[in-house]
Amino acid sequence: MKDFFKKLPEQAVRVVTVFIGLVLILLVVWRFILPPELKDHDLQITATVEREVAKEIKYAGAQICGQCHEKEPEIKKVGYHRDLSCESCHGAAQKHVENPTEVKPTSPKKRDYCSYCHKYNSSRPTGFPQINPDRHNPRKPCITCHNPHNPKPPTTPRSCAACHAQIERAKAASYHALIACAVCHTTPEKHKVSPRTVIPTKPDKREFCGKCHDKGSSRKGVPTVDMAAHGEKYVCWQCHYPHTLGGI
Amino acid sequence: MDRRDFLKHFCWVISSGGVLGGGSADAWARMLNKTYDTTKHYYGMGIDIDKCIGCGRCMEACKTENDVPAVPYYFRTWVERYVIKTDRTVSVNTINMESDEPGDVLVEKDVLRSFFVPKLCNQCDHPPCVQVCPVGATFKTDDGVILVDSKRCIGCRYCIQACPYGARYLHPETRVADKCTFCYHRLVKGLLPVCVEVCPKQARVFGDMKSIASPLGRFTRMNKIHVLKPSLNTDPKVYYANLDGEVN
Amino acid sequence: MEAAQNFMELSKQVVGFIYPNEIDIQWSILIVVYPYITGLVAGAFILASLVKVFNVKELQPTYRLAMLTALAFLLIAPLPLQLHLGRPERSYEMFITPNLSSAMAMFGFVYLWYLMLVLLLEIWFEYRRDMIVWSSESTGLKKWVLKFLSLFSTDISEKAVAFDKKTVKIITIIGIPSAFLLHGYVGFIFGSIKANPWWSSVMMPVAFLFSAIVSGIAMVMLLYMIMVPLRGGKIDMKCLDKVASFLFYVVIVDFSIEVLDFIHRLYESEESIKILSQLVTTKLFMSLVVLQILMGMLLPLGLMVVIKVFRLQEEVRKLLYFVCGLLIQLGIFSTRWNVVIGGQLFSKSFRGLTTYKMELMGIEGFLVALALLIIPFVILSILIKLLPPWKKEELAGVE
Repeated sequence: MKDFFKKLPEQAVRVVTVFIGLVLILLVVWRFILPPELKDHDLQITATVEREVAKEIKYAGAQICGQCHEKEPEIKKVGYHRDLSCESCHGAAQKHVENPTEVKPTSPKKRDYCSYCHKYNSSRPTGFPQINPDRHNPRKPCITCHNPHNPKPPTTPRSCAACHAQIERAKAASYHALIACAVCHTTPEKHKVSPRTVIPTKPDKREFCGKCHDKGSSRKGVPTVDMAAHGEKYVCWQCHYPHTLGGI
Repeated sequence: MDRRDFLKHFCWVISSGGVLGGGSADAWARMLNKTYDTTKHYYGMGIDIDKCIGCGRCMEACKTENDVPAVPYYFRTWVERYVIKTDRTVSVNTINMESDEPGDVLVEKDVLRSFFVPKLCNQCDHPPCVQVCPVGATFKTDDGVILVDSKRCIGCRYCIQACPYGARYLHPETRVADKCTFCYHRLVKGLLPVCVEVCPKQARVFGDMKSIASPLGRFTRMNKIHVLKPSLNTDPKVYYANLDGEVN
Repeated sequence: MEAAQNFMELSKQVVGFIYPNEIDIQWSILIVVYPYITGLVAGAFILASLVKVFNVKELQPTYRLAMLTALAFLLIAPLPLQLHLGRPERSYEMFITPNLSSAMAMFGFVYLWYLMLVLLLEIWFEYRRDMIVWSSESTGLKKWVLKFLSLFSTDISEKAVAFDKKTVKIITIIGIPSAFLLHGYVGFIFGSIKANPWWSSVMMPVAFLFSAIVSGIAMVMLLYMIMVPLRGGKIDMKCLDKVASFLFYVVIVDFSIEVLDFIHRLYESEESIKILSQLVTTKLFMSLVVLQILMGMLLPLGLMVVIKVFRLQEEVRKLLYFVCGLLIQLGIFSTRWNVVIGGQLFSKSFRGLTTYKMELMGIEGFLVALALLIIPFVILSILIKLLPPWKKEELAGVE
């Protein structure tokens, strides 16, 4: 070691000494000064999970409501809102669970809350009941006619537009506007009450559309085509979409 | 019964060595004072596009539960609305932002397809965010959830750049990275994430992939599943059913 | 709330659709300044290495200036990073628990390695003999500062000086890959983000490096042309012409790399091409087409070709070199801007563009960025005063 240092020129020795000094300082800091929480990644992970798990819970979860409120879940589970959690409308209720008498959850009684879901939006999937809040009993709170826990409409809807609003609105701007839905779709009454158990039909023969659209039909002002030579293999709606303007 | 008292009474049962990798379950055991074994769970979420009605209850509930800043610009989960027209143009916007113009919700003309897509952190199996964090402040737990250590994050925003899904943001007050945690603080107590809890249509389905029967199990059995940006090999754990190809 | 209003204004300027969390541009002008600075460091060092490793004797007058320039900029380099962090007080964590899979985690180590074991060491060995001589010629504070800096060394024999020279050469050889790592890792950080198609490219570290070398050489050239007359000397035209030559060659390589990237993107025409084309033709038109390509690359390239072909007079050459140097600085800064800011202006949904509103004040604002670009020059002037790069004879043009 001494020989090595003897061989090195004086300036190199000075530099090496400085570097060794710095490295020693670093080692001392690492070993003796830094606390374990800074160095051990596993400790840091467990501390994080601990903190995460200790975070406050604000939504109690639908199962716990039924433990005190027995009536509403019974009403709800047979209606259209059966999939709706209590807190979807009543807001975060954990505080109410912890202190039922003094803290009450909110209860949306005006029209604005129901509109979040039921106000007409053309992108909602078809079959979802939507209304235009400005036209559908304006100013009246929704709960006057619809029990929010089982929101069956007071009377069975006459128009398909109650659930198929987007199709109705598109159709209203098309050439088929004056044709009632039931003309093409045979709709059993049960569909209005239990929509997913029985669905309306679609015309399954070309001749159905041909009644108006085949050449030689007696309807005036209706575009006709020689059905014998047009799109033979297919039923008409396999290409044409009859609800929109132009039937495209 | 107070939830906290209930949980305090649990004693910890540790499962031994062989099953666990890396000794971290030991660390979990030391910290989590309940019979929650992180290695026995692996969480994922299913989202059915055909069911989402775009009501935004999930967005609001998440902000409430997780103290996300109330301004309409930071989201742990959000819902996008797609309108695809017959001329193949696609217009997308995030719902319930103040920039929503009322006229847009009524668009039906020339619409080919239109739907809502809920988005959130995909809790990837190969998370690019975990890979790039310079201090290891973001990590994946044994039960498949990606968490952020808000006490160690230095706010360099590398993870935000690396996330292909835009799921992360810099919290304006704490100045560290933040994102959806699948409501981890609820999961360990057997509750659902709030977005799943309040969804009126059960469009979001949550499940433990290690449990024998779960809603996610059925969801992934009965639907054709797609994930976002599969070509980036992030292996997301949010599985979409009926996802349209236009969704990025 | 003020922040909400800020975002309201920003969202009005959004074109198309962006993910809601993308309204915030995460990496601001400070992250544009950082690669620009480390680029200058790497480029200046490469120029210096041409002298010591590749024995290009004509460049000798620029050697010490290049080293001091590299040091001045390197000292400032961590500042933009510190200032942009959400939690700057926690930055030490990168040293204690670096995540080995993260390219960014290597910053502290690469920086320290380069500063301590390459730059400072090389400058020390280069200046050691002169520091000892100067300290014996000065008095008072300056004498003791120089003595301290030379680590109280005294040996100025021929043997010692020869050892110094040899050491400098070895350090430079180690320094070249170190400089590549110092700046290249930044390119790798961008190039390895698969989520962002503007950044994700295997050419990113290479393009970063070559544009760094361009900017470094141009900066030293500019400083040489400014400092030598300021210190009462005569510019060595052989040296200047040689620097300009090397600059010319590197600009050609850099330009080729960028053109290759451009052609490759257009030819492959991947999914992101639509939004990226929209980005380049709208939001980035001024900074990319006009500043980076036309003014920052084609114009200087044209000028240098003219100089080479037409054998212009010395005074004209000096003027044109100066103009080229300035244009190149502008061009390379724009390059960094286009990479960093440009990559954040389009949404990862590929459906929209957002906008970057740079604040004037504020810790990540324009004024701070400007200060960070000016301070290195202040440091450089102090270094030049303390450790003059040229002796009186050199300045007078005597070999």
